[in-house]
Amino acid sequence: MKREKVIQSLISIAAVIILLVILNKVLTPFQARIFNLGGIYIILAISMNLINGFVGLFSLGHAGFMAVGAYTSALLTMSREAKEMNFFLEPIVPWLLDVQLPFPIAIIIGGLMAALAAALIGAPVLRLNDDYLAIATLGFSEIIRVIFTNTQSLTNGALGLKGLPYIGVTDSPKEAIWWIWGLVIITIVFMVLLINSTYGRAFKAIREDEIAAEAMGINLFKHKMMAFIIGSFFAGIGGALLGHYMNTIDPLLFRYLLTFNIILIVVLGGIGSITSSVISAIVVTIAQELLRVLDGKMQIGSLIINGVPGTRMVVFSALLMLVILFYQRGLMGTNEFSWSWFKKLPFKTKKAKIS
Amino acid sequence: MALLNTDKLTIKFGGLTAVSALDLVINQNEIIGLIGPNGAGKTTSFNMITGVYTPTSGTVVFEGKDITGMKTHEITKLGIARTFQNIRLFGQLSVLENVLIANHMRFGSNLLSAVIKTPSYLKKEKAVYEKSMELLRAVGLDDLKDEVCTSLPYGKQRRLEIARALATDPKLLILDEPAAGMNPQESLELMEFIREIRDKYNLTILMIEHHMAVVMGICERIYVLDYGVKIADGTPSEIQNNQKVIEAYLGVE
Ligand SMILES: Nc1ncnc2c1ncn2[C@@H]1O[C@H](COP(=O)(O)OP(=O)(O)O)[C@@H](O)[C@H]1O
Ligand SMILES: [Mg+2]
Repeated sequence: MKREKVIQSLISIAAVIILLVILNKVLTPFQARIFNLGGIYIILAISMNLINGFVGLFSLGHAGFMAVGAYTSALLTMSREAKEMNFFLEPIVPWLLDVQLPFPIAIIIGGLMAALAAALIGAPVLRLNDDYLAIATLGFSEIIRVIFTNTQSLTNGALGLKGLPYIGVTDSPKEAIWWIWGLVIITIVFMVLLINSTYGRAFKAIREDEIAAEAMGINLFKHKMMAFIIGSFFAGIGGALLGHYMNTIDPLLFRYLLTFNIILIVVLGGIGSITSSVISAIVVTIAQELLRVLDGKMQIGSLIINGVPGTRMVVFSALLMLVILFYQRGLMGTNEFSWSWFKKLPFKTKKAKIS
Repeated sequence: MALLNTDKLTIKFGGLTAVSALDLVINQNEIIGLIGPNGAGKTTSFNMITGVYTPTSGTVVFEGKDITGMKTHEITKLGIARTFQNIRLFGQLSVLENVLIANHMRFGSNLLSAVIKTPSYLKKEKAVYEKSMELLRAVGLDDLKDEVCTSLPYGKQRRLEIARALATDPKLLILDEPAAGMNPQESLELMEFIREIRDKYNLTILMIEHHMAVVMGICERIYVLDYGVKIADGTPSEIQNNQKVIEAYLGVE
């Protein structure tokens, strides 16, 4: 039984790798970029789903943790020249000037810094109940942004950082596929193993009923902290990837709108399901790209509508409201992909009856 | 030494004194009843014993240790488990998961070994699975292990709550109206079952119950609360013949 599961998982991973090889061949660089963005959103959505979906904490701080990860990784990978070019208003603090680490190490440190921020902020706010937690985490996220806007010699303030090294070494979206999707696979595998452990069960218990969970001996604060720190670690990694992907970051990028974008993915997919976060992240990323036409000039018959930027976000927000009103459990609720789905297919059932 | 005793346990909500100077003494392996009219302060007393509420004054002593004001999860770890008057199962989760969760506290694996599934973790996971299945068998729910627990009928949900509480390996089991919503037949079975688990798991049991047949049938001693005040305690026959209790609660036939 256990062996069967291990083999099935390995087959799944192999299938994904083969798919990546094929996609690497057939996608245009533009399509590859969108595919990569989808991967980054998967990491972000899963990390939020751990905190908000599995433990049921109403946290709105994701953009803050992403900012910490993105700035950390950016400052650790940019060359001396790039930094000197960016910091023309006020020079960068000297100890950072010559630091230049390989990209994989830098994003891990980015994740760790986000986790550290989560540990510091979590200690006071995770003792609050839901509504206050939402406000406090949202506040934290905005405070991070304000801090980054004002620490000129550390973050270059409102000017932001330009010319971040692209993901990988060759500046090609096709190489980046491997980096990003490698991290996507690692994140998914880690989360699945975590959720299907005694800790994952404790997390879900807290979501279902805090009073009963505590009565069963679960230390609420300790477990909320764990999930918050782990989720923020991956949010930091996702933020770092997003920074490198976009080449440019500034404090405005990490507004609450970014958190909202990820909530949208998580809620559309289904709160508390890793599979649905994966599917939803890809669907939403592609759809946001396709719906870009809404922001531009449109012609319906003889009617010409001048594009209003942000129209597609209105469409998405309306969609989110519809889902919340009529289809609260999202695309697939808390269900996960499972090999037993295949066993339920008709041809398999018949075979089973014969044997 | 008593397993649990409370000394002048008192709690006030605003101007209302919900429980006033309650003294309880519960000895090892006893089955004790706590009865009284609705709103008498029975559930509130349980909440103070289990750390859900911090008493305004008075103490709770368990196995000689003062546990007043301790956190609920710490008290559970010391060996007090409970069920809830208005069933609090982990609704979206399966029957089996509900019981597995109660094993988490004593699981004894750190996060890392749980994620990478070390052999020792897997061994514990298997042991916990078997223990949970045995508890489900004991309450007759083993063949429903994969059902979502809210889909179960009321009586079965109550039994699942007991199985879940037992999975925390308690010394003292506190039951808040375990027979509520059960028909007379089920209530009688429950009575038998409570006695059985007391003997099998070497438990001490403190229960709130309104079904007098159940209370008088299995409790060795009974405490009676009225308006937060203890008005009587004694054996079932003493309680049945106590004038104050008859007036306040049992009613005049
Ligand atoms: N958290 C609370 N805040 C205010 N009043 C409470 C609270 N919990 C219980 N009470 C009050 O305490 C009294 C005793 O309630 P309870 O212990 O639930 O009674 P019962 O004996 O029926 O279990 C009731 O009057 C109830 O309204
Ligand atoms: Mg009550």
